[in-house]
Amino acid sequence: MSEAIWITGIGLASSLGEGVEVHRAALRDPTARPVVDAASFAPFPIHPMPGLAFDAQIPKKGDQRQMEPWQRLGTYAAGLALDHAEARGLVGEMHLLVAAGGGERDVALDEAICAELAALPPEQAGPLLNERLANGLRPTLFLAQLSNLLAGNISIVHGVTGSSRTFMGEEAAGAEAVRIAAARLAEGRGEVALVGGAYVAGRWDMLLLHAASGGLWRGDWALLGERPGGGMVTGSIGAFLVLETERHARGRGAPCLARLMAVRSGAARRQGEDSARASAAALAEGLALRPGHAVVSGASGMPEPLAEERAFLAGLPEPGPMHFTADLLGHGVEASFPASLALGALALAEGLAGQALVTGFGIWRGEALALLEAA
Amino acid sequence: MRDHLSRPVVAVTGMGLVTPLGFGVAESWAGLLAGRSGIQRITRFPTEHLKTRIAGQVTLPGEEALASPERVERMAAMAAAEAVEQAGIGGPFPGPLFLGMPPVEVEWPQRLALARAGAGYPAMVEAAAGQRGLFETFLFGGIGERLAGRFGTRGVPVSVTTACATGASAIQLGLEAIQRGEAAAALCIGAEGSVAPEPLVRFSLLSALSTRNDEPERASRPFEKTREGFVLSEGAAALVLESLESAQARGAEVLGLVLGAGERADNFHRTRSNPDGGAIIGAMRTAIADAGLQAGDISYVNAHGTGTPENDKMETLGMRAVFGEAPPPISSNKSMIGHTLSAAGAIEAVASLLTIRDGMLPPTINHEVPDPAVALDVVPNVARAAKVERVLSNSFGFGGQNVCLVLGAAP
Repeated sequence: MSEAIWITGIGLASSLGEGVEVHRAALRDPTARPVVDAASFAPFPIHPMPGLAFDAQIPKKGDQRQMEPWQRLGTYAAGLALDHAEARGLVGEMHLLVAAGGGERDVALDEAICAELAALPPEQAGPLLNERLANGLRPTLFLAQLSNLLAGNISIVHGVTGSSRTFMGEEAAGAEAVRIAAARLAEGRGEVALVGGAYVAGRWDMLLLHAASGGLWRGDWALLGERPGGGMVTGSIGAFLVLETERHARGRGAPCLARLMAVRSGAARRQGEDSARASAAALAEGLALRPGHAVVSGASGMPEPLAEERAFLAGLPEPGPMHFTADLLGHGVEASFPASLALGALALAEGLAGQALVTGFGIWRGEALALLEAA
Repeated sequence: MRDHLSRPVVAVTGMGLVTPLGFGVAESWAGLLAGRSGIQRITRFPTEHLKTRIAGQVTLPGEEALASPERVERMAAMAAAEAVEQAGIGGPFPGPLFLGMPPVEVEWPQRLALARAGAGYPAMVEAAAGQRGLFETFLFGGIGERLAGRFGTRGVPVSVTTACATGASAIQLGLEAIQRGEAAAALCIGAEGSVAPEPLVRFSLLSALSTRNDEPERASRPFEKTREGFVLSEGAAALVLESLESAQARGAEVLGLVLGAGERADNFHRTRSNPDGGAIIGAMRTAIADAGLQAGDISYVNAHGTGTPENDKMETLGMRAVFGEAPPPISSNKSMIGHTLSAAGAIEAVASLLTIRDGMLPPTINHEVPDPAVALDVVPNVARAAKVERVLSNSFGFGGQNVCLVLGAAP
């Protein structure tokens, strides 16, 4: 059994704004640039959250209070995708696959505890840490931090209850969520899936992790291809797709935004011959790429994987226009691959190409490719 | 060797366990059958000011210096090594890795060390810059990547979290990959290493944990009237799944079958099931139907059975709804091991297969005062011999993610 898979809904929210129109316009305009916040997390520029009217997608204030920005952004984008696909009536049996990192920490509490305890010997710091955490942590914060609670909130707010799986592991998690969603629909385990992820860039806790790689771009924002030595600028992105079997979409008269022809993933150790380039080349084998296909690259800006990706792409037959998702949205880690797919689908719908190859080379591990065909 | 839906039948050919009851399947299973509690006072870190000062601990060599992701990785690797060895697979593992694990983040020892250069985040970020080891340790994909490298699994290591259903989700992903024909084998692991101050505080703030600190071994009391919360615990389980065809072709011993899986998300509340039990009933029924069975075909249920007032009440409701007036016996491994969160579904799947193998139902210990609202045979306090052909293993998570597995005897 192998059903054809369509993308029938796109939910995108980024520093550019929300919804498909603003992102379509950005794809059409070669001078389009993301919104940059250079000051709040200096020396690291980030692409901030757009101003969103959360009430529109998360009507209960109580639900909003139970979330931090990361979960709100994802839940909001998931709702946009459901609306775009006119799929609100399908949520009861809809599969939900989310790629997630962790939620926001209480930065002020962390800083206060660090200031008090950093200089103390461990035997004094340990008991005090317990006391400060017990008195300082908000009960709701834990639920806002748990990775699987983005999916939990989407189930609660939007009623998506067919199944719920949360994948972890940075960029590769986004690709696996899409790959497994498509595989389950293709084999006839359900008709419709909501898949995606969210990332909030304006977070010191995440900047700390990514600074440790040495790969965060510092100073003035620049296009990804114009950063000497390379570097990553993280972007706030909520990106969800509604995937649907062609048969089901036709049955309810839902238009096809793009056909998802293939999703493939690999994980090179990135040592010697086990390179990201070779991994991607193996994934590309047998893909029916035609000359002039668009490339939507999920490159993060990290120099080594970018060089590998360029080498891989150079071996493809006569590519057409190339877009770096990060040049419009920033790098959205778990949300990066779903966001690139969304941009690819929009590019096809705009007639910018007849085919789009979507790439996802992780900052550390993971190579993924998807092939989209115009409807 | 196809099932009722023409899918390849999926066998288990290797199992590994690390639990507070012991290292390895034999020691852990002996503890479960003996009704031994693995819950103790926490010794790894100071517990002053904590409401809960007990847990199921797995003591690892050199553990003072280990962060949670390192603990998770070590326990996962131990369980996986046992499983792969039992399966008789030498060399690279011939299929993908599905790893159920907890979310990870930079932890207090690292944060405090960074803060010595200045306690604000901007200064800590500068102090962290270029610390590659910190990055790779606390990346979400790091544990899976290192395990994949160690066991030579194929493709992208898939890490999954569905809260307390995580271990079952990892098995379900492996089951599906084999059923789809993507792989002939899968290494499925559930691992947990969250016994640390901040997780204890977080769960305490949700009023989820038992505070019976003076009687650790009596604290985990699933289905019992005086239950008042679960006991946080850690450990790991690994299963080698393989198509029955491939297992038999290479002459591997088949330890049991994974007959089916079912899942259902709840949309009621972040930490509670819908009072109608719809999602947990749906997950149980879907799993039984996925296995091509009727409720009456299930011999025994390995409970989610956390020992929180809410879970056990809802699980009872689900049992009565699915099985009617005469539900099969049900018992909770968590009464002895505690709640190993991301590992629980995998540990309990292994226990379910051992239950079938030995014809012995592990007990629910600490059953002193029956709860009149729990009209179930919970195999109180003492293991019981029984012929068991098929087990339903329940896993219900915070966030409304429910997964049930059906495990069966080797053909």
